[in-house]
Amino acid sequence: MKTLHILRWLLQRDIQLVFRRRSDLVSTLFFFVIAVSLFPLGVGAEPALLRAIGPGVLWVAALLSAMLSLSRLFAADHADGTLEQLLLSPVPLTLVVGVKVLAHWLVSGLPLALLAPLLGLQFDLAARDLGVLTLSLLLGTPLLSLIGAIGAALTLGVRGAGVLLAVLVLPLYIPVLIFGAGAVAASATGMDPAAGLSLLGALLALGVVFAPLAAAAALRLSIE
Amino acid sequence: MGVMGINWFKYSSPQAFYPLAGKLAPYFLGAAALLAMVGLYVSFFVAPTDFQQGEAYRIIFVHVPAAWMSMFIYLVMAGWAAVGLALNARLSFMMAQALAPTGAMFTFLALVTGALWGKPMWGAWWVWDARLTSELILLFLYIGYMALQAAIEDVRRADRASALFALVGAVNVPIIYFSVKWWNTLHQGASVSLTKAPAMAAVMLWGMLVMALSFWAYTIAVALLRVRCVIAEREREAAWMSED
Repeated sequence: MKTLHILRWLLQRDIQLVFRRRSDLVSTLFFFVIAVSLFPLGVGAEPALLRAIGPGVLWVAALLSAMLSLSRLFAADHADGTLEQLLLSPVPLTLVVGVKVLAHWLVSGLPLALLAPLLGLQFDLAARDLGVLTLSLLLGTPLLSLIGAIGAALTLGVRGAGVLLAVLVLPLYIPVLIFGAGAVAASATGMDPAAGLSLLGALLALGVVFAPLAAAAALRLSIE
Repeated sequence: MGVMGINWFKYSSPQAFYPLAGKLAPYFLGAAALLAMVGLYVSFFVAPTDFQQGEAYRIIFVHVPAAWMSMFIYLVMAGWAAVGLALNARLSFMMAQALAPTGAMFTFLALVTGALWGKPMWGAWWVWDARLTSELILLFLYIGYMALQAAIEDVRRADRASALFALVGAVNVPIIYFSVKWWNTLHQGASVSLTKAPAMAAVMLWGMLVMALSFWAYTIAVALLRVRCVIAEREREAAWMSED
């Protein structure tokens, strides 16, 4: 039970640390809101056009804001030496990474998913589409955190890590974007969104198993 | 001497591989030039003019082999990365590093020739076709690999981190390909089907195969020459390097 105890402590600690510095969390959310609001200003406020681009815009903006907060996933722990202590602890590193990703998702991905329907109203999306949007983000944002953890671990402590992280991670995000935005677009055009949502769920199942393994391996490389 | 008697790992040391690579590279370079001459002759003078596409179709003799190589080289690169991680072999990482620029070059070549072919055929430089899009994403993966390798100062970590990224990318390539395909069928905009290619004349196929072999030989030659550079750079302090 010691393992579970440590993991629960880690989850609480990570969330608490974020809440001690709420500005990081809030600015990521505001980036999401601002990025989404820029699109109508750029392409025009034609309702039919907005309805067509809405799902894609919301998803791309969610992708970018999820990426912004990734560098914080391990950086602070790396800087103050906590990460080395976690590596030395008896708990498997894969589980440690999994819990850190969960904590990261709870404070970055989950608020995005809950905020998205409000922004969807700006794009004149119907109530059913807003539900599908939230569901697709609830399935998709954990995946973004999981894949992002691999990139964050690979670029830990590297010069110019921010841009490099984007170059590494964004191509890997493409399937998530396609299935997520595809499900919402399918719902908006009167088709069944189940296919996209099921595929997102399948990817999430794969990601939960394999991404922490890869991220843990990458973390070991950056510490040794 | 049986199979077990051979020292399979003799050439896995950079010191032993360096002269071997230098010896082999000219042969592959020669083979590449020879095959390219034959292949280009077949594609320009022997292969008949396509009655639908006219002369412009001849770019496929470069385009298709380049696209094949772009995907194949990524697999080989990921393979060397896996070998390097599994066996802790420095030379494997160096091979992966040496292959990446050539792979990126072929991906870029496939995209450019595709655009040049697409303009007269489809009337557009770029179409968001599933294959074009996944080829573009493949280019991003190559660039990510090279950027990661270049960004990390510590060679040991750079090797391992980029190898891990190459493997993660290799796992993702099929997922990306099928997601793009699904996306493509969902958004039936400009409907251009590359999959229903008309039956090809045997001469055309032969021309393409010869060109593919030429690219293959070129890749091996360039990878060997590049790996020599990588070895020379990393082992410049070693005693054997200053001997010859």
